Amino acid sequence: MAKIIVVTSGKGGVGKTTTSAAIGTGLAQKGHKTIIIDFDVGLRNLDLIMGCERRVVYDFVNVVKGEASLKQAMIKDKRTDGLFILPASQTRDKDALTQEGVEEVLKGLAEDGFEYIVCDSPAGIEKGAQLALYFADEAVVVTNPEVASVRDSDRILGILQSKSQRAEQGDEPVGEHLLLTRYDPLRVKNGEMLSVEDVNDILAIPLLGVIPESQAVLKASNQGIPVILDKETEAGQAYSDAVDRLLGETREHRFLELPQRGFFRRLLGVPA
Amino acid sequence: MVDADFRLKGSVVTVIVIELYRYTADTFVEQLEQQIQRSPQLFDQAPVVISLEKFSVDESLPEFNLLLEQCRACGLLPVAFRDQGSRFLKNVQDTGLSLLPRPASRGKTPPAVKTAPGPDTKQDMAIKTEAKKKPSIRPSKLVTRPVRSGQQIYADGADLIVLAAVNEGAEVLADGNIHIYGPLRGRALAGIRGDDKARIFCQKMDAELISIAGNFLLSDALDEKVRRQPAHAFLQDDTLCVAAL
Repeated sequence: MAKIIVVTSGKGGVGKTTTSAAIGTGLAQKGHKTIIIDFDVGLRNLDLIMGCERRVVYDFVNVVKGEASLKQAMIKDKRTDGLFILPASQTRDKDALTQEGVEEVLKGLAEDGFEYIVCDSPAGIEKGAQLALYFADEAVVVTNPEVASVRDSDRILGILQSKSQRAEQGDEPVGEHLLLTRYDPLRVKNGEMLSVEDVNDILAIPLLGVIPESQAVLKASNQGIPVILDKETEAGQAYSDAVDRLLGETREHRFLELPQRGFFRRLLGVPA
Repeated sequence: MVDADFRLKGSVVTVIVIELYRYTADTFVEQLEQQIQRSPQLFDQAPVVISLEKFSVDESLPEFNLLLEQCRACGLLPVAFRDQGSRFLKNVQDTGLSLLPRPASRGKTPPAVKTAPGPDTKQDMAIKTEAKKKPSIRPSKLVTRPVRSGQQIYADGADLIVLAAVNEGAEVLADGNIHIYGPLRGRALAGIRGDDKARIFCQKMDAELISIAGNFLLSDALDEKVRRQPAHAFLQDDTLCVAAL
């Protein structure tokens, strides 16, 4: 049975697509056949982050409309075995997706033997975002440590509780996971950023992971390489931990405190 | 002796009334959805009576079955029509629902058939909650999960108990008291049908707005002594007071 994970946030620019790419890649690395679907029709980004933008022929909307088969539209990732990408359409808008069409595609993927289907939600709470979360079993709520993002995450959690298929059918509620991204312990210490505790106090859902603010994320995005593949960076390691936790393993949370900087590093001004 | 399996009783219930002024299929559904979106919980599977009393004689007749279907599609449960006289009796009978007479107490008011809605409103209907008579005590509504931004929870004719936070941008309403065993960061409105004895209790008072029987207080008017403290709000001589617990 395929597990459907939606990566959502309400607010834009908090790292949904980066997270979808990282989690999808992480799951595939662990040997699970995984596909990442870009629900952001009209603002297609996932293919860029995954570095497969030049291999897009058919897209999600083509499949939903029956203009192409799943097999034709799915792009096999070149770096990670068992990982596929279903890109969004750049030329259509979100009305091109229908609930029935999305359901068909998800069913087709489950029959195809996919274990995890990662749905990369668009920002906002309108149709596109609601379709992305409707069929979800689990939700990864991506939040930045600032008030607007926290409030929007709160809103999307409310929608998960009322508008998802599980909510409508009265099934077990969608599993909720908080992923705090762009976390900077120094700014938290200076009181410029909300702490993990502050965010948890308001959202009150289990913490999947904290991704530290990192130069590596932007670099990875621009190069089209999911940041999780960069094992040298804190962000990459933090995403690996988050994937392990998603699979039910226990991992201590890292990178929450300011690193102890050695004398030489301080002297040389090397960033931590 | 055989015990009776049932007993017949008269009872007065509170229902939502859709007061129809005019009807066009598209705009009706659009406006109904808008209304419902504002407080989905209030309307979910709610029984409604469709009142034709103010339906303008100049307007073309609604398609009654389509109207009912539209209501049902929006999650409402139409239970009857209401009208004075019997100008729509045949149409209503065809739908299988009953046609209720107007409430007797209002018998004296002249028929308002031609009344158009106020000039500023383009609404085709007004949704009113009619409190005919105070309903008997209902069990309190209990909420165990956080009430999140954008959510609205209403305890109809009852107290509301929340065993979690009421977050910023969320709204909790009750005809009776509101008890929040967690922080209140959003809006809480107690006694919304005018019960001035209603109170609001919370473990951490950080509300955007609190209101009792229509008397409200915004967060900047909150006394620093009670802010983020366990507190309760009540009406004293029409003034809303907030005191630490």
